[in-house]
Amino acid sequence: MDHRLPPQPVTDLIVCPHCDAAYRLQRPTHGERAVCVRCHTVLISPRAKAGLQIIAVSIAIVVLVIAATVFPFLTIKAAGNTNSVSILDAALAFSDGPLIALALSTAALIIFIPLLRVLLALYVLIPVVLDRMPAKGARQAFRLAEALRPWSMAEIFAIGCAVALIKLTDLADVTFGPAFWIFAILVVLVVAQDRFMCRWTVWKSLDGLRK
Amino acid sequence: MSVAQDIPHVTTAREMGVVGCLRCTQVWPVGTETCGRCGKALVSRDRKSLQRVWAWWIVGFLCYIPANMYPMLQTRTLFQVQQDTIVGGAIELMTHDAVGIALIILFASVVIPLGKFFAVAYLAISVKRRNSASFQQRQMLYEVVEYIGRWSMIDIFVVAIMSSLVQLNTLASINPGPASLFFALSVIFTMLSAQSFDSRMIWDVQSDAAGED
Repeated sequence: MDHRLPPQPVTDLIVCPHCDAAYRLQRPTHGERAVCVRCHTVLISPRAKAGLQIIAVSIAIVVLVIAATVFPFLTIKAAGNTNSVSILDAALAFSDGPLIALALSTAALIIFIPLLRVLLALYVLIPVVLDRMPAKGARQAFRLAEALRPWSMAEIFAIGCAVALIKLTDLADVTFGPAFWIFAILVVLVVAQDRFMCRWTVWKSLDGLRK
Repeated sequence: MSVAQDIPHVTTAREMGVVGCLRCTQVWPVGTETCGRCGKALVSRDRKSLQRVWAWWIVGFLCYIPANMYPMLQTRTLFQVQQDTIVGGAIELMTHDAVGIALIILFASVVIPLGKFFAVAYLAISVKRRNSASFQQRQMLYEVVEYIGRWSMIDIFVVAIMSSLVQLNTLASINPGPASLFFALSVIFTMLSAQSFDSRMIWDVQSDAAGED
């Protein structure tokens, strides 16, 4: 083999990233899934019209995130005292001294990272769905979106809300603001957006762009 | 490949002289340094994986100790100031008949983090010793650890919500304690530890044994 030539990808194989099993590539049709026989990792799971669905859900998420951070989220009443907070207030609760780092990372985990991932997905998928050339830097964008995947914690924050509410019901009256309901819908959409996406298909569609 | 029959031995990429990209699953000949599609460094087996796993594991464990010793929440009411550690707060809840919530907190903040430390350590040691304990079970253990690790952040979010909401002038206020910072760091470090693990090594014993037959 001549090592001076740029290496060519082996396009007729697919390798399971979890257990290194190699398979002859055979693209499943819509609704079917290609699963590793050894470790049961889902390798390819294409869905009909997935691109359009993801774009629609993503746009909804962007609008809702903005609404959810602006409106009041929860209101507490006890003995004549009232306090309303937005999601941003909750995230920035740790704001004195060294805890400021924690405040910023909490805000990132529950608002900014989910929002950024959705924006990156839109940037990558819109040209692909419209059958255009992938956008400039689409691979880097999708790479970043995938790297941030475990750090998007909106759904965990939602369960945290439930726990906090039950803890506080003894102490005071807690009422939900509009942002609470917006956030509840948002969590479902964020999870759905992530589930619809077949990584293999997206990477494949970015193949057209050779650097 | 999607045909669901249980083949105990499969051909691995390493045996075929190719390497699959862990990020975008593009396949390249062995010796290719970076993936031409997504730019990730290609390695057939990540030899330094275990070092990184242990490094993050140790830092995460070191942070978990102060996370349990310092107070997580500081509750100030009219006449008293009360400071609760994670376990102390859960016991407090139990005495107030909120057993369900106490169990959720204990599960998310004590059982999951400790279980994760044990599980990651077990996986790392089993791979090092080329243990042949059930591959599928260990793969499943790894996936559970990766999935569930993030959920430990729940306690941090509870503290965040309570301390921003309960700011009622002189009547009552709740503020986060120093343990919250250590706990969050511990969760982040153990997530990085689990992510560093190269799960392909779990399966190598099976492939090597098949090769010797």
